[in-house]
Amino acid sequence: MTEDQIRETVIGALRRIAPEVDPDALDPDQDLREQADLDSMDCFNLMIAVGQELKVEIPESDAPQLNTLNGAVGYLAGRTEAV
Amino acid sequence: MLAEAIIRCVSARSETCGHLPRHRRRPTAVSDFRMPSLGADMAHGTVLEWRVVPGDQVERGQVVAVVDTEKAAIEVEIFESGVIEELLVEPGSRVPVGTVLARVRAEGAAPAPADDAREPTEVEEEAVGDAAPAEVRPEAPEEKEEKEEKEEKEEKEEKEEKEEIAAERAPAEPGAPPGPPPFRLRASPAARALATERGIDLAGLHGSGPDGAIVRADVEAATAPAGAPASPRDAATERHAAPSRPLIVTPVAGRAAAALGVDLSGVQGTGPDGAITREDVELAAGISHPPLPPSVPSAPEPAPGEGRSGGSDRQRAMREAIAAAVSRSKREIPHYYLSTRIDMARALAWLEAENRERSMAERILPAALLLRATALALGDYPELNGFWEGDGFRPGEAVHLGVVVFLREGGIVAPAILDAGGMEVGTLMRALTDLVQRARSGGLRGSELTSATITVTNLGERGVESVFGVIYPPQVAIVGFGRITEEPWAEGGMVGARPVLTATLAADHRVSDGHRGGLFLSAIDRILQTPEAL
Repeated sequence: MTEDQIRETVIGALRRIAPEVDPDALDPDQDLREQADLDSMDCFNLMIAVGQELKVEIPESDAPQLNTLNGAVGYLAGRTEAV
Repeated sequence: MLAEAIIRCVSARSETCGHLPRHRRRPTAVSDFRMPSLGADMAHGTVLEWRVVPGDQVERGQVVAVVDTEKAAIEVEIFESGVIEELLVEPGSRVPVGTVLARVRAEGAAPAPADDAREPTEVEEEAVGDAAPAEVRPEAPEEKEEKEEKEEKEEKEEKEEKEEIAAERAPAEPGAPPGPPPFRLRASPAARALATERGIDLAGLHGSGPDGAIVRADVEAATAPAGAPASPRDAATERHAAPSRPLIVTPVAGRAAAALGVDLSGVQGTGPDGAITREDVELAAGISHPPLPPSVPSAPEPAPGEGRSGGSDRQRAMREAIAAAVSRSKREIPHYYLSTRIDMARALAWLEAENRERSMAERILPAALLLRATALALGDYPELNGFWEGDGFRPGEAVHLGVVVFLREGGIVAPAILDAGGMEVGTLMRALTDLVQRARSGGLRGSELTSATITVTNLGERGVESVFGVIYPPQVAIVGFGRITEEPWAEGGMVGARPVLTATLAADHRVSDGHRGGLFLSAIDRILQTPEAL
């Protein structure tokens, strides 16, 4: 799976959780939670949605790596290769 | 003559006359299903969708309709088993709380003869004017065709009729009047509002939200705003001009009319569904902005020249509803406020270990832990869990934990996790996830909005250190949790950095006092120090 596909998956999941957010307006290196006003439940749902779609189990200790869009894509790219 | 008789019946509002024409009068078989009050801040509701058709067998607790409050689309349950005899309010109608929406025949009672005599509901009373037709049910022009078909059917057997209505619910041909969606339609409140404003049938849209729910963006994608067939104002005016509209008045407008001595029946409404807003009342009174009593929060005014979209109307309606509930709370409930700081180190360490053992989807968030601790602590403090009713306190029979949910498209709603007192923390987490999702995408139950015995607000999720809530009537307490922050903490003569949470309580002095309230907060603290017992 390419990084672009992973990015699309993350953005698709984000759109379902925060439909009012314009993904193009997000700074991929800034904290996603602040930019998209995500609370812990939103982050939890985002992680589950992405994890299930990409068939990746994300340990809780790795969750902070998903705090930015680029961080999430990089982390998930490594995890999907490993599978 | 018939119309006159009906008007008299409605005016009398007696059980035997007001609800059944003479030739159909029966002892006790039929009862009314009314627009429920889904919270202290609800005065009106809009029937979005019926989940039943006449002839359907319903069980107590079954969802029979979807009702839009100013906050959310709510699945409303029926509290009596029987057979739906008649639906009296068309989808799209906004009616006051208490309006009869449908009639239910008790199980085993004789079925009504299939005739064309329908009774008016209370809200139709004013619509039954001098030129009232015998058929007094509100009826939009585009329904004529459907009505003629129905009249033909009414001559047939009841069973046959039911089948045909069911067939009518199948997707309509292009150009035909849209019937009620044949399946359960999930859509966010904002999406529904926008669809109504733009005259779009939600059934034809693809939902991109959670569980395929239709969200505002889907409705926007289905139509270009500029090319919409009618402006919101035109649509509202048209609807208002329809022959049998009930009078819709926002709470703020109602107060303004009372204060200014304005007769609302002569006021043209410009709000959603032709609702009369404060501005309309002020216009009718010949003044633009009268001074309001300081206790009444005023909704933000739209910028001059700014078109009022359905979204901002909805926002205003929601703000008015919230303001009305909060004003009532502050006026009636003598609040007291307490706050305590809780060391969360043990609780978070336990949670981390616990989550390592769990799969991703089974993980527990601190929010669920706090709810669990609250529910447990309430066991020893029943005076914080229940309702103030008129002149006395009634303890809740169980702990139904209201949770304040921030709606992404604006506003808040506080549905309850029913029987949270009996849930272990994993179950509570699943219930919380489910509740938040349904609060945002539609699908809350009426019972979830009316049963909360206490509310928890977890504004720490939005970054604040502490929150003092406003009690949601008729409840008597609200617990607030702030953000968990790392702070210096002294214990056993040593200072260290600990994750610290500020927990607060706002409670009703008519029922409890600061001493008991303080002990309750201490109980939450104590429970969080032994998380393994959770």
